[in-house]
Amino acid sequence: MNRMQQSIESAQAIAASDALAVERTLAGERDAFRVLVERHSHNVFRLAFRMTRNQHDAEEIVQEAFLRAYQKLGQFAARANFGTWVYRIAANYAIDRMRQKQKEDARRQAPGPQDADGIEDDPVSRVPDAAPTPERLTQSLELRKQMEHALAALSHAERTAFVMRHWEGCGIEEIAAVLKLNSSAAKNTVFRAVQKLRLALQPLVGRSPQARAMGTES
Amino acid sequence: MKHMTELELIAYREGVVELRATISEHLAACHECREELERIEAVLAALDTLPVPDPGADYGRHVWQQIAPRLPERPEAWWQAWFQPRRLAVIGALAALIVAAFVAGRITKPGSGKDNIASTEQVRERILIVAVGEHLGHSERMLVELSNAAPSDPRQKEVNISAERGRAEDLLQENRLYRQTALQEGDTGLASTLDELERVLLDVAHSPEEVTPKQLEAIRQKIETRGILFKVRVVGKELQQRQEAARPAPVQNDSTKKERNKV
Repeated sequence: MNRMQQSIESAQAIAASDALAVERTLAGERDAFRVLVERHSHNVFRLAFRMTRNQHDAEEIVQEAFLRAYQKLGQFAARANFGTWVYRIAANYAIDRMRQKQKEDARRQAPGPQDADGIEDDPVSRVPDAAPTPERLTQSLELRKQMEHALAALSHAERTAFVMRHWEGCGIEEIAAVLKLNSSAAKNTVFRAVQKLRLALQPLVGRSPQARAMGTES
Repeated sequence: MKHMTELELIAYREGVVELRATISEHLAACHECREELERIEAVLAALDTLPVPDPGADYGRHVWQQIAPRLPERPEAWWQAWFQPRRLAVIGALAALIVAAFVAGRITKPGSGKDNIASTEQVRERILIVAVGEHLGHSERMLVELSNAAPSDPRQKEVNISAERGRAEDLLQENRLYRQTALQEGDTGLASTLDELERVLLDVAHSPEEVTPKQLEAIRQKIETRGILFKVRVVGKELQQRQEAARPAPVQNDSTKKERNKV
């Protein structure tokens, strides 16, 4: 068996199993970690972008998540799924980063017309129109802006819970682990996020909600 | 017909509702609730249209190139996590307790059995007093800061207490160790205060990272109702006195401990 064939087989073996890649990295084969990075980078980027809505921030989160995963790899050994683990690291780091950014922005800016993410915060734009015009509905850019606003207005925990649940398909237990909450509180965080988004976006995306109180008799 | 609440419909949509079959039956029969669910779906469907940029097919390789020069030769071994400063402090205090007890047992003169036991107990108690005194001080500071927490920006509707929550998590672990040690030492008064403190720490550690002023007020009320800050201060002061009293002459009778146990 020549060296080229050996290395191909070795690469295939690493690709076949995250667990094996982890084991080899821990044994001192640093390049084995590359397989994990290349395999999971896209997923982690998607999560980070959806949490931050900023490509530069998302890229930094991806790099930091893998750096931290590498440093703590010894603690991972007994866990089953590297993808889930690095995902959790990225979500936690994204929350820390968003919080840090918010604090820095609050310190830098006197109370003014900009929100934490630097998006112009026109209070009028946050008030849902009672009767949106057809023109406005067709303006997808406007709708997109409103959706970005609505997501930015969620708390970090709500945004994380919503992103993980709706776009990443994570289970409640996984969300609870990232947010360091019990399952019931994590579930409520998801519900609260959906409620807030609905309140902000309903008039723009569909028929206005009927003025009926849910949970009442009809 | 009683309609579903918005929360019930969201829970149904999320697939985490317990009475799923009941809600399905209701939806089949109730046009209004079905429409309400459709409106929720419409908002979520609109959000799905928000684009996510494609970082490119080579993105994984790019990430590797960026991080590879920053990676240490080997990942940290699992046991290195135990050498973080906070954990070291607790482990150190407990280790000191054990070692001091052992040393006190070794250096005391044989023959005076009763005195030896008394001396060993005194040394163990002194170390416990110092360690728990520090722990109570940290807990008190965290609870005071939590009681004074306010939004960093008046426009914010929620208060971020993640820092206090993180500290409560750390203190909780220490608290459990100290409470067990106090129980083993027969200091039931101290163990009881630590037990009460543990419940408060547990509440804080399980709180959301961001709380509304109402939730924060509820936490403050709990702290106040239990009078835990006062108890922590009193016991902390008492431990300080015991520590000072024990310094010049290590002979310390059990009267303080017994008195508090009675209380």
